[in-house]
Amino acid sequence: MTLGVVLMCHTALDRAAQVARHWAMHGCPVVIHLDRRVPEAEESALVTALADQPDIRFSRRTACEWGTFALVQATIDACEKMLAEFPQVGHVFLASGSCLPIRPVGALQEHLAQNPDTDFIESVTTADVGWTVGGLSTERFTLRFPFSWRRQRRLFDGYVALQRLLRFRRRIPEGLTPHLGSQWWCLTRRSLQAILTHPQRPRYDRYFKRVWIPDESYFQSLVRQVSTRIESRSLTLSKFDYMGRPHVFYDDHLHLLRQADAFVARKIWPQADLLYQTFLTPDGDRAPRPDPNPGKINRLFAKAVERRLKGRPGLFMQSRFPSRGRGGNRLAGPYGVMHGFAELFGDFQPWLARAVDARVHGRLFAEDRVHFAGDEPVFKGGLSDSAALRDYNPRSFLASLIWNTRGETQCFQFGPEDDQTILPFLTGDPNATIFVITGAFAVPLWRSGKSAADVRPWAARLQKIEADFLELLGKPDTKARVRIWSLAEFVENPAEPLQQLVDDLNPRAPHRDGDLPELVNLVGFGSFLQELRNQGMQPVLMGDFPSDDQLAQPEQAFSRPQIVR
Amino acid sequence: MGLISLYGLRVRRKYLLARAFRRRRQLQPVNDRTATLPSQPILLFSTVRNERVRLPYFLTYYRRLGIDHFLIVDNGSDDGTREYLAEQPDVSVWTATAGYKQSRFGMDWMMHLLRRHGHGRWCLTVDVDEFLVYPFCEARPLRALTDWLDSGDTRTFSAMMLDMYPKGAMHEHPYREGQNPFEIAQYFDSGNYMISRNPVYRNLWIQGGPRARLFFADRPKKAPAMNKTPLVKWDRSYAYVSSTHMMLPRRLNLTYDDQGGERPSGCLLHAKFLDTFATKAQEELSRGQHYAESHEYRAYREGISRERDLWCNWSEKYVNWRQLEVLGLMSKGNWA
Repeated sequence: MTLGVVLMCHTALDRAAQVARHWAMHGCPVVIHLDRRVPEAEESALVTALADQPDIRFSRRTACEWGTFALVQATIDACEKMLAEFPQVGHVFLASGSCLPIRPVGALQEHLAQNPDTDFIESVTTADVGWTVGGLSTERFTLRFPFSWRRQRRLFDGYVALQRLLRFRRRIPEGLTPHLGSQWWCLTRRSLQAILTHPQRPRYDRYFKRVWIPDESYFQSLVRQVSTRIESRSLTLSKFDYMGRPHVFYDDHLHLLRQADAFVARKIWPQADLLYQTFLTPDGDRAPRPDPNPGKINRLFAKAVERRLKGRPGLFMQSRFPSRGRGGNRLAGPYGVMHGFAELFGDFQPWLARAVDARVHGRLFAEDRVHFAGDEPVFKGGLSDSAALRDYNPRSFLASLIWNTRGETQCFQFGPEDDQTILPFLTGDPNATIFVITGAFAVPLWRSGKSAADVRPWAARLQKIEADFLELLGKPDTKARVRIWSLAEFVENPAEPLQQLVDDLNPRAPHRDGDLPELVNLVGFGSFLQELRNQGMQPVLMGDFPSDDQLAQPEQAFSRPQIVR
Repeated sequence: MGLISLYGLRVRRKYLLARAFRRRRQLQPVNDRTATLPSQPILLFSTVRNERVRLPYFLTYYRRLGIDHFLIVDNGSDDGTREYLAEQPDVSVWTATAGYKQSRFGMDWMMHLLRRHGHGRWCLTVDVDEFLVYPFCEARPLRALTDWLDSGDTRTFSAMMLDMYPKGAMHEHPYREGQNPFEIAQYFDSGNYMISRNPVYRNLWIQGGPRARLFFADRPKKAPAMNKTPLVKWDRSYAYVSSTHMMLPRRLNLTYDDQGGERPSGCLLHAKFLDTFATKAQEELSRGQHYAESHEYRAYREGISRERDLWCNWSEKYVNWRQLEVLGLMSKGNWA
């Protein structure tokens, strides 16, 4: 018994001829079906090219529009011709002109000889199929599809919607259980004969003429009625992307194809010379084959589809620019925003960098310029410290910064003196953690040595800006993680909030007892606040700040750090 | 967007097409070989002026990618550019002596040629200092990409400009004819691009790179646009609006995914900053024929006399397209 190959061709006929010749040279009779739409000139060229091969025949030509019954009809015609003209054929292998045998034909023949009664056809009930495109799986069998999906998409979609609305359902012929599967199969002569001569076939054909993409269900369903032994997998490696478009193999996939466990691969780019040269040698590819690793191929294509559909989170670039609801509010990694800490501690930045093992920037959004970590004039990725460039598009600036430093947590200082336009974005980003000490802005004012009367308007302004910020943080659509302490609360016991900050930003940071930044001496700040009050401003954001004599000495607070663990 | 403004875009497109048609007689064929084109060729369109030194590598590079034919307008060169091009078997040359600026920086000529010869074909419109890099470009010819785009009914492919520059002053490494310019200009800025969406044309407007960092740090709005759509399956009703930055009809500008995924895209490596640049800047300034009153060139001249080195500590050295993909400057999309 030999293997017969049915080749469905419509483009790249020179490659189809090459493959047909390869099959024929290895003793496999070939029946070629050529799409009706291929011009006569190309047909005669193909016929002439293969004229020297007696075992290559041509079947009746049908115009095969994708998704229609014509494809099934063409397959049936070709198979009938194969069975009638080549009685020695035991298995019929359905392939396309862009399929390439990637293992020696002998290996395939041997495999089939060992399984003379097995039908290799992927055949799965609709409930178990996860790959159908457009959400049509069961409905392929219960709706009517008179319109072309390619050319009349609107009518197609509209008619489907209408039928759903009217709850229209076609009756599936009795005894038939719809199955789906890859259209590239290999059936035994016995099964194929049984399908083609089935007494119910006219009925089934009438039914399948209105099923959508019947080439993925006709033989897959009918084989269940006639076969004694089905191995539900395709011998052809064929991958589809999320739009139902086949993935194409190129020269650089050679190594990958050598690891495939399938016998034939589809679809091959017609100009992949290296693949055709390598696999179409008389005794097949002679290079030593690595162990089959079909998972590698699956992973490659799964990753490609994932990149197309999900993309890399936090990346904004020429071909990925998600809208807000689709990840446009999310940057590439977690980062911390420190509001009011640098004002209270002289050495906050180096301490934080040490404690959470992060890159700690100064005021990234300061009005004069961008204060990168280490006061660099240019930062990773070529980000400039120019305030004008940053303010021109603060979102892109921050998105680039976080993207450029993937794998390293970024922190930066922020305050009411800074440019506030970025705030709505910050609070909407689930990757942001915002730590706020409210009212801390007054500390540098106090330490500047100016009188309360002089700084009062400025203090009032900063307080207003900060109040707006806090209001924004309190809104229900805030996605950022937020921790707020009032200044009074914070100075009462700074160790605890600082520990929380470390835990939030780097939960695995080694715990360092006693390593705490140095709090500025706040003796006298209480009277400064009172002085502001006397000048007519109401400093509210600091909380109930103790008057000087009640203020616990910061040194004392640190000698007994109370860390709740 | 109201119906009226949509109609406005249509009027604008028709105007651009008419403009290009009206200026067709400015083009004098020197050597028109377009009659011998194979079926379904991939075409390259370009306008050049005094680029004799750069052309050999340019042609070699794109021949290797699989460009079948070059359609080039020579805008009054006097350095032998025209003669050199006319000798090439796969180049058709036209000359135009009219002003570069008056012809919309050459776009009127380009659009006329695109309309005449590009209909229904894949067309790459680039400058002589722009080198297209796309996913798998070292292993797969341009035809593989266009075939794949065709299979998904995609008609446009975006490629952001990436300014390449040398380490050290530009004049330190003179460019030799036929040399790969990226042996000299090896560096680029990997992550300082500013992106916003143009609500009218729907394209992404990208600015940034070393030019924005050094020459436009105090007036970012004027920084040159880096977004480009150079590779298009042309239709005679299409129009390039401003250089190849955006197109009409505006659906062609949707080369990005706004649902979170990544569409495939490439990069145009821009070999502008070579030793040839200083002379070019001088010449273009005196001609006053460049975009925005040669604003760019003036900024360069000022900037360059101040600070000749575009290189910085964080400059990235170019390796290959995979590096650009990892850096997030381009994407494979679902092409595997």
